[in-house]
This record gives sequence, structure tokens and C-alpha cells, in this order.
Amino acid sequence: MSTPTAVASSSKLDSKCPSGPLAERWQKHKFDLKLVNPANRRKFHVLVVGTGLAGASAASSLAELGYSVSAFCIQDSPRRAHSIAAQGGINAAKNCQNDGDSVHRLFYDTIKGGDFRARESNVHRLAEVSVNIIDQCVALGVPFAREYGGLLANRSFGGAQVSRTFYARGQTGQQLLLGAYSGLMRQVGEGKVNLYARHEMLDLVVIDGIARGIVCRNLITGEIKSYAGDAVLLCTGGYGNVFYLSTNAKACNVTAAWRAHKRGAVFANPCYTQIHPTCIPVSGSHQSKLTLMSESLRNDGRVWVPKVGDETRTPDQVPDEARDYYLERKYPSFGNLSPRDISSRAAKQVCDEGRGVGGSKMSVYLDFRDAIVRDGVDAIRARYGNLFQMYERITGEDPYRVPMRIYPAVHYTMGGVWVDYNLESTVPGLFVLGEANFSDHGANRLGASALMQGLADGYFVIPYTIASHLAGRKFGKVTAEHPEFRRVEQEVRERIERLRNAGGKRSPDSFHRELGLLMWDKCGMARNAGGLRQAIDCVRELREQYWQDVKIPGDAANLNNALEHAGRVADFFELAELMCMDALDRNESCGGHFREEFQTPDGEAKRDDANYCYAGAWEVDASSSSLAWKLLKEPLVFENVKLAERSYK
Amino acid sequence: MSSSHDTHAAHDAATSHGAHAEKKSMRLMLHVWRQRDPSAEGKFVTYKLDDVSPDMSFLEMLDVLNERLIAGGDEAIAFDHDCREGICGACSLTINGQPHGFESETTTCQIHMRRFEDGQTIYIEPFRANAFPVVKDLVVDRGAFDRIIAAGGFITARAGSAPDANALPVPQVAADAAMDAAACIGCGACVAACKNASAMLFVSAKVSHLALLPQGQAERNSRVLAMVEQMDKEGFGNCTNESECEAACPKGISVSNIARLNREYLRALASSD
Repeated sequence: MSTPTAVASSSKLDSKCPSGPLAERWQKHKFDLKLVNPANRRKFHVLVVGTGLAGASAASSLAELGYSVSAFCIQDSPRRAHSIAAQGGINAAKNCQNDGDSVHRLFYDTIKGGDFRARESNVHRLAEVSVNIIDQCVALGVPFAREYGGLLANRSFGGAQVSRTFYARGQTGQQLLLGAYSGLMRQVGEGKVNLYARHEMLDLVVIDGIARGIVCRNLITGEIKSYAGDAVLLCTGGYGNVFYLSTNAKACNVTAAWRAHKRGAVFANPCYTQIHPTCIPVSGSHQSKLTLMSESLRNDGRVWVPKVGDETRTPDQVPDEARDYYLERKYPSFGNLSPRDISSRAAKQVCDEGRGVGGSKMSVYLDFRDAIVRDGVDAIRARYGNLFQMYERITGEDPYRVPMRIYPAVHYTMGGVWVDYNLESTVPGLFVLGEANFSDHGANRLGASALMQGLADGYFVIPYTIASHLAGRKFGKVTAEHPEFRRVEQEVRERIERLRNAGGKRSPDSFHRELGLLMWDKCGMARNAGGLRQAIDCVRELREQYWQDVKIPGDAANLNNALEHAGRVADFFELAELMCMDALDRNESCGGHFREEFQTPDGEAKRDDANYCYAGAWEVDASSSSLAWKLLKEPLVFENVKLAERSYK
Repeated sequence: MSSSHDTHAAHDAATSHGAHAEKKSMRLMLHVWRQRDPSAEGKFVTYKLDDVSPDMSFLEMLDVLNERLIAGGDEAIAFDHDCREGICGACSLTINGQPHGFESETTTCQIHMRRFEDGQTIYIEPFRANAFPVVKDLVVDRGAFDRIIAAGGFITARAGSAPDANALPVPQVAADAAMDAAACIGCGACVAACKNASAMLFVSAKVSHLALLPQGQAERNSRVLAMVEQMDKEGFGNCTNESECEAACPKGISVSNIARLNREYLRALASSD
């Protein structure tokens, strides 16, 4: 293949990364950024879409600074955003355990964990501010686990050899979100934030090349209404639900990000999806979502399958010599705590070999037998009691007696809207935070780093970088009466009517399931060029059908769950095509993107740094009559770490 | 009510791996509350299902019914749900008269159909309370809870101003007790279960969580007064010590928090600031 040895950068993708020594870049950049005078802040109105960790922390911090803020969420309360479901913990380089952690080590682990496909400057900043996040959360009253002496406790997580994960039982996401939510509600109570619950952003309004507002549907009354502002922040999470079955909450969707993409925001690395190794396996065709079992369980649980495929004994009757503890065997230094992408692929491999367990033979054991013998059942109950209980409720099996059965499931999406170092997209004035952006995790995210990134972006990055837009550019005031808002509102209404009037026979959910199966099969844990080409054709065909054959009873001027879902599925159809294109473009394996054609002799991901060391950012091709994209490339430059094969052996 | 349902048989069947016996599908008679909008009159509508898998969750059973309704051109039943793993607090069904159903410490979304009998009749209603007006079908408006938190359910800590997290040790016992109270998911089952529709368990959980931590001391008095005032304004009833809230709570929040709320309230009233 004749490919250039160096990737040419697209002029549209200016990362605005500061230069100089890595550890000084963020300090330097903060100083170089413009400031907005305190008296002027209230004159700027910021629209924050989404109220998870990124959105709630951004909205409250900006309101504390004196900006006028409106916050929007699709749930009935901002407290229900999906950040709440994160279980295991949040990383921070505080080195509380005296075990050799440092900002640089967290930086390095994150870069390596991401398989060298993230920006050095962003990741270092993330590691730096991680320390402040824990302080901020404790100040807000987050009840992190404590040692007897009253100091903070830590646990280990995948992809790291130090204990840097802070946790609140198995409900860390809940406690962090409730902390951020309480800060947000304080600002709502003081009249500094206008809160719009059960409002869904259905489009972005761009005037003179700058993001100036959004169009929302009030999910209760169906009213389509515009909101104008001086900056728009998308904090709307990831797109894992394109697979239908994922650990995401049912309402998680790509619509806000996708609408922004269609209005000019470039979308990066859509093929980077994270498959979490420890989920409860699918039980039947009725399955509506998958439930994660926290990665923290791998601290004490041992993953195994029988050595032979036709093992008929119950798990407790299988002696050690007939068990294959395959993670411990293949990756002795990380063992059961190997990173997520590697553990997931290893599980797929043993199941593909016919050694899987359970009715469908599509699961592996996560066994606590040895930990219970070693530490006693009470210690295990204290550590994981709520998780064991949840497992038993869902499966009807008691994990204290029978090993858990787990299988990988879609969990997180590293790709997202492309942003520069300021978290600003290619549409000036449109910032993207948290999982919705692409910035920090490269091709694979380490456990306990999503919470860290969401809060870093909201508490400690956007409060500074938003000034680059508000104070750095000249733009006049607009109101929602501007004709461009009227035009976009009309487009939103027409789109809804088109869906409602399709007059077909199938529910949005049935199409969504079909799309999900296709994506899991062709663009899931392993991909190949033939399958991806086939998937692109199938997605296009199914999308055609969708607009002809979808059926949505009920009206648009009332709460209508099927109508909400229908709009989201329509956007997933477009995203699905782009994910496959991106996966097809990337002729290498890295992190969560595993192309079967590109693997080492022992089945590990084989990167191609000469040709693919870039962020692949896709721009909608406005010159094309049908939906088409142009690929822009942002070369990734590594000045502080050496590109190496990512070994956990 | 079928709380006597014996789960051991189901257990044993499920634990014999490699040979999952084909589980028998179940028939159900559902009476579901349908109400077009807040001002419309609601009523129970009866639906029969005859192909329910015991492995389905309760909400997946409703999904199946909704798919059938859409196929027939009828509007799907509206119900709140999101994470479907018992933590977001969105799901809010009253099942056979009990908020979140009969299973203790379990949200609606975590109930599985294997806990019901074949042929059973199930009544499904929204959470009932004056302060939680019905929006549509099984969906209610729980905005009152957000307004109570906005009134005082927080610690004022500006981003950027926090001291080092280990500068203020929190005894493990206090951290654990605070965590027990902080586990509340804000679903509102406590209100729906109470004959007075009191929100005392919800309010007391937040007051306790923050009063138990050293960080929460500065606003300890103002917090409880503001939250109770807002709670009363929202039209919730008073607590008469029936403990129905604790029994219905999917997170096992203890009524001892209500005792603490009362103490905190009196203490705040008696204090000079």
C-alpha cells in the first residue's frame, strides 16, 4: 500500500495546543487566555445541554463565575443523567497510597491505555486537574470511602499498577453526580441558572459562522422553541446506544452531537467504541439493555473458562487443572486487571473457540471462590455486596455460591465531536465536554477515567477556556427572534412531521434493534474490511426503509416516547454509516478498534504508527446531494512518550 | 399478592449450567392506568399478555406490550425509566398497590418476571401524591424534589476553592453513615407509599447525609430550615411514624433519618443564628 510516511494536517483542525514543556503547558495556556471582566460576565448567556457530570459541573461553575446560564436535560430531573450509573470509581494522581503514583504516571497510563491515539497536551492537563477534582467533590459532601483514620481510601483499577481510584461503595458515579447536581441546584435556587428539564435539543443554530443557540422540543407539551445565547456547551454523553444493547441508559443518544455535526462540527474517531469486559450476558430476545458489573470486581474475581469446550461439569466441580484462567495466563503482570479492550477480546476469543459457558456458551466465569476462602465471605460482602445483589436479581443466580457469568458489552465511546485544547469544536462558540467529545482517551479509555474527564472539563477547563470565545471574538447580540432561528425551528418541525407521516408498519424500536445487531456483528469487538463494506450498504438500505416504514402512533403535542425515540434512531442510522467508514479507513488495530486483518501473530492489536497516528475527523460534505463526508486528519505528535507496543504481559 | 412465591426452584434450574432448560412463558392480565394528560380523567385499561419470559424485567414486559400497541396503531403506555439498573431513580410504578412492587429494596426496573406467578393479575399505576401530579399515563412530575434540593440540599463550595481532601479527616463511621443516607435515588416511592404523602424520608436522607459530614456543618442550621420550608410549600403531608416509606424505599433508607431530621430541625430552631 502506498501511503505517506507522515500524515498531513488539515488546516481546519488547529488543536491550539500550547508549546513548551508538557508540565507547564496548561499553566502557560491559562495565563495566555483572555479573561472576562466579572462585571461583564452576566451579560453573556451560556446554554449548557446535558446535566451529567460534565454538564452539571460546567453549568454550576460558570454560574458561580457570574455568567448567565441555561441548563437543559431530557430527563425529568438533572439528577438522573447517566453519569449516575458509574459504579467503580474516579482516578486521581494524589498518590495517597505512597505507591509511586504521580501526575506523570497517570498521564502515561492514560496515553498508553489509549493505545497512543490521544493528544499529549490534553491528557497531561487531565492528569493535573484530577487532583483538584477529588478536593472539590469532598468539599461538596461526596462521601468517599475512608480509612479508619478518616483519610481517603483507594482501590485498583484496570490498566494501572498503582491504587489511585477513589470510590463511594459501588455508587461512585451516583455520589459524584449528586454532588455536581447539588451545586447546580444551588445556582438554580439563586436564580443564576434557568433549568429546563424534559427538554430535548433538536438542532443547533449557527449565525455568521458562530453557534448562537439551540432549538428544543418540550417533551411534555411538544412545543418547539428556540433559545439564544453567546456560547453553546454540549455535555450530552456518548453514542453507545447505536448498538441498541449497551450499558447506557435507554435515553442516551447522539442527537444533540449529531445535529451539531450536521451544522458543521467535525466528528472524530467514531469507530473507537469501548466494549466493557464484565457485563451480565444477554438472556433473550426481549433484552432491552445490558448491565455492567463493575470492573472493581476483577480485583478479587478470577476470570476463567474450561480448558475444553465440551466440559459438562458444573463450575464448582471443575478442578483447577481443567480451568483456563486465560487472563492470568496471557497477561501475567496485569492478570485479571488487564485493560478493558484486551480483556474483552480475550473473552470473545475463548467463546469463539467454543469454550464459553452458560446456555448460549457466550459467557465466561468471574469466580470469587478463592477470594471468599482467602478473605472470608463477610469481607467480600462488604466490598461488593450491592453488586452481588444486583447480579442475583437479574440472573436469579447467587454469586457467593456459583461463579458469575459475564460477557463484554458496549459501554463507552471514545470518539465524539472533535474539539481543540479549549474544548471548542470546529463551529466557533460550540464547546463539547465529557464523553460527547473525542479528546482524552484515544482509542481506549481506562476504568475510572470517564468520571475524571467529565468533571475535569466542567469544573476546571471550561471556566477558563470559554473566555477564548467570549472575550476573544467580536460578535453582536442575537435573540431567538432572529430569522435563522425561525428557519431552523421550521426544519425541526418538518422533520418530526416527516417521521410521523411515514405511515409505515414498524416501531422505531424494532428498527433500532435491527441496526444494533448489524453494528454489533460488523462493527463491534472485531471488524474486517469486507464486513464493514457490507455493513455500510445494509445501514443505507435500512435507513431508507426506516423513513418509509416507521410507525409512530400518538400526536406531537403531548408526551410521546415513541416520537422521541424515532428522532434519535434516525440520527443513529446516519452515525452508524460514519462509524463503519471510519473503521474501514483505519487500516490498523488500536485500542477498542480491532481490525482482524491487522494483528500480531499472538492475536494482539497491531498499530500502524507510520500511517495512522492521527485523529480521523469527518466533515459533512456540503457539496454532495446525498449524505457524504470528507476525512480530515489531525496528526498526533508524541514528544514526551515513546510510541511502543502496548504490552500488559 | 404473591410474595410467598418460592424462588428456590427457579434458582436450581438457573444454576445448572450448560443445560438451561427452556423456561416456560407466562400469561398475565394487566390493568394499566391510562391518562392522556394532567387534566384528563384517567382509567384502568386491561391488557392480556401470553408470552412473557420469566427472565424479562418488569419494564421489558411493558416494552413487549408497547410494541404490540404500536403495531396495532395504539399509543404506547408512557412510563419513566432510564438506566434500568436501579440507580437513576426514574422508574416509578405502583405495582399491585405498592410503589416499586412487593420485592424489598428493589426498584421497578430491577423486578424480574420470574417473581410473578403464571396467570397473575397485575395492577400498574403511577406514584400517587398531590405533590406529584400525573403528566401522562404512568409518568408523574417530581419537580418538587428538585426544588427542595435547590432550597438548601447542598454544601456551598465554589469550584476552585476546595481545601485538600485529606485536610479534614472524616471518621469511617461518619462516612459510612453519610453514605447510607446519600444512597437515596430520589425516586419518590417514600412519598407514594405514605398515607400522608410525606416527603420526610427524602428530605431527612439529604439532611442526614450533609449533617453527618464535617464539611456540612457551616450550613447545618440554614439547610434544614430551608428544606423543610420548601417541603411544606410543595404540599407534602406530615409524618405520622407509619414507616411505610422505609418499607417501600428501594435503597433501604432508614426512618432513623427522620428522627435525625426532627432533631436537626429543633436544634436549628433553638439556635441563635
